[in-house]
Amino acid sequence: MGEFFHMGGYAFYVWTSYGLTLIVLLANLLAPLRQRRKILADLARRDRRERNMK
Amino acid sequence: MWRFFHKMGSPKHFYRIAGAWIPWLTMICAGFMLVGLYQGLWVAPADYQQGESYRIMFVHVPAAWMSLFIYVVMAGAGAIGLIWHMKLAEVIAISSAHIGASFTFLALVTGSIWGKPMWGTWWVWDARLTSELILLFLYLGVIALHNAVEDKRTAARATSILAIVGVVNIPIIHYSVEWWNTLHQGPTVTKFDAPSIDVRMLIPLLLMAVAFKLFYAVVVLMRARCEILQRERNTQWVRQLAGGSY
Repeated sequence: MGEFFHMGGYAFYVWTSYGLTLIVLLANLLAPLRQRRKILADLARRDRRERNMK
Repeated sequence: MWRFFHKMGSPKHFYRIAGAWIPWLTMICAGFMLVGLYQGLWVAPADYQQGESYRIMFVHVPAAWMSLFIYVVMAGAGAIGLIWHMKLAEVIAISSAHIGASFTFLALVTGSIWGKPMWGTWWVWDARLTSELILLFLYLGVIALHNAVEDKRTAARATSILAIVGVVNIPIIHYSVEWWNTLHQGPTVTKFDAPSIDVRMLIPLLLMAVAFKLFYAVVVLMRARCEILQRERNTQWVRQLAGGSY
């Protein structure tokens, strides 16, 4: 197992690459999720405002 | 079939259908990625020249392929939007730009990290690396231009033209390793004769490539749904969606 993480001496390069890939993929997933929450909150606020005006 | 396309062209139906597809695509993508990672990091043997360091390939090459693939999708969607004034195509084009930029960034950075132990340098101004860097600037240009124009439809038209002009860079990137003497190695998979790569390395590479494609599909649908909500904010169906439970 230790040998696996050692990567024949290239551990730093290999694991940095895979770590960065993980970060980029997660960021890609989180961005639209956050945007969606924000849009729906904005729309719901507008909806409440319009109902109060009636 | 035509009815299907017609329906998909309507933002409301696209929103609903995309929402139904996302969970399934995510699961299939995760499956491919897990098997690909297991095969690539554990099963595939070490390279006879590069030792274990070549395993960076399993994320670097799919990311680089995606950087080109997404650009072509973006420019193609932009062209469809320009010619047929199809709103949905404009949405797909701008949603792709952010994802494409991130994959281009990933390809450049993982390539740099791979280059350090193999070539002895993080960066060289050779044809493949420079043209890929220009691709990143094209993506960033498309995003910046889109953000700079207030009206969404005018923005879409301007960015589509920029994206289409930038397509010129795609064959340059692809053939750069053949046209010029570069430090970057030539293609080992897309050659016309048998690929010069061990099958135990080829399988995880292809699995990861499929996983990255599915990942793009998931994220582009998620982003497109956000974009549609914003563009259609004044329509009846979005009002109902926002007013009701969600």
